[in-house]
Amino acid sequence: MYDFDWSSVPNALPFLWDGMKISLEITVSAVLFGIVWGTLLALMRLSSVRFLSWFAAGYVNLFRAVPLVMVLLWFFLIVPHLLESIFGFPRGTDMRLSSAIAGFALFEAAYYSEIIRAGIQSVPKGQMAAASALGMTYGQAMRLVVLPQAFRNMVPLLLTQGIILFQDTSLVYVSALADFFGAAYKVGDRDGRLVELLLFAGAVYFVICFTASRIVRHYQSKLRTA
Amino acid sequence: MGYHWNWDIFLQPTATGDDTYLGWMLYGFKMTIALSLSAWLIALVLGAVVGVMRTVPNKTLSGFATAYVEVFRNIPLLVQLFLWYFVMPELLPEKLGDAFKQTNPIMQQFLASMICLALFTSARVAEQVRSGINSLPPGQKNAGLAMGFTLPQTYRYVLLPMAVRLIIPPLTSEFLNIFKNSAVCSTIGLLELAAEGRQLVDYTAQPYESFIAVTLAYLLINVVVMFGMRWVEGRVRVPGYLGGK
Repeated sequence: MYDFDWSSVPNALPFLWDGMKISLEITVSAVLFGIVWGTLLALMRLSSVRFLSWFAAGYVNLFRAVPLVMVLLWFFLIVPHLLESIFGFPRGTDMRLSSAIAGFALFEAAYYSEIIRAGIQSVPKGQMAAASALGMTYGQAMRLVVLPQAFRNMVPLLLTQGIILFQDTSLVYVSALADFFGAAYKVGDRDGRLVELLLFAGAVYFVICFTASRIVRHYQSKLRTA
Repeated sequence: MGYHWNWDIFLQPTATGDDTYLGWMLYGFKMTIALSLSAWLIALVLGAVVGVMRTVPNKTLSGFATAYVEVFRNIPLLVQLFLWYFVMPELLPEKLGDAFKQTNPIMQQFLASMICLALFTSARVAEQVRSGINSLPPGQKNAGLAMGFTLPQTYRYVLLPMAVRLIIPPLTSEFLNIFKNSAVCSTIGLLELAAEGRQLVDYTAQPYESFIAVTLAYLLINVVVMFGMRWVEGRVRVPGYLGGK
């Protein structure tokens, strides 16, 4: 039977916490950028301008068809070189964190835009008509009438997508960036205690994501009765 | 920007000389397909069983099924993969663990990846099966029982045939996901499509061609699966339901 030795976990806690901060930083910034860009994409998709709606549809379908790992590899291996050659950054500038955030944000925006599009479409048509009848422009009606109602209904879905994104941040492993999982792996590898550190990492992710999804579900049921 | 495009790179022999770079890509493509399809079959069977368990009137069974789904949904896929590949062989009884470690390394990677993807996806399939069963009017189950069917018979002849047909669209997106998720298995060294793409970057120094080819290959898989499932959907559509004819 395997002999467990958990002693490397307590010593590694500060290092793991640093990793967790990177995971959270990527999650929060990607969620924020993703929602903003996703909203724009959803508006483009619903717009009557052919070119805009085709662009948004193409963008969303492309990103949804490609594995996240591939998107991240593009952003870690290729985009930095592209930027170096275009903007003349010094070679070897460490852009891993910003690349990761950009990759996640652009990728998640495709998923967010589908949620937001469904949310906008779930607002009754009469709302838009009423706003126009009051003399609002399309932009005003969207901003002041339709989007606030749409977002209120979408919050649980957006948060759930955020939890999925938090889990997906572990994939920055492909760039050797020390997020929480990367940190756990490094410590485990160094101390020869991979079994304990991986189990610990799994347990931490489980507790965080399980609690968060419970809170979202609670909020959702409150929203439904309200 | 001074990049030298060279699409002929795929036809050139590899550095090790035994194949062309296109051959490497095809190997990875086949690996992705084999891995995803085998994991998908297991996921469908397991997911159906767990999904049904979540809806049966038995606290133990439904509690177990709920726990199963929560565990596989709340741990990142990458962590699960590492747990199967690095941790499981250590925790198995010694004989089994050693037997696993002595098999061919490619087989080890493939088995760990397959089990991981299968269980990860089965939890999602189970959720779809559950919501399919729950979306049926309660009268269907009651009618089945009133006709003298046992509970298993009610599931077999009344609930499941309907539920399965209703959940084809969400299952399609899970089926697409399993191909995309299989790219995660490149992290343990399995040479599937994404890993071959990375290897091509290292060997050929033609990153754009390699990544564009791999991305197109994933798009191709996506399109084929989508059209295939749309065909299936059309065949099994329930008349009278939304989207039915």
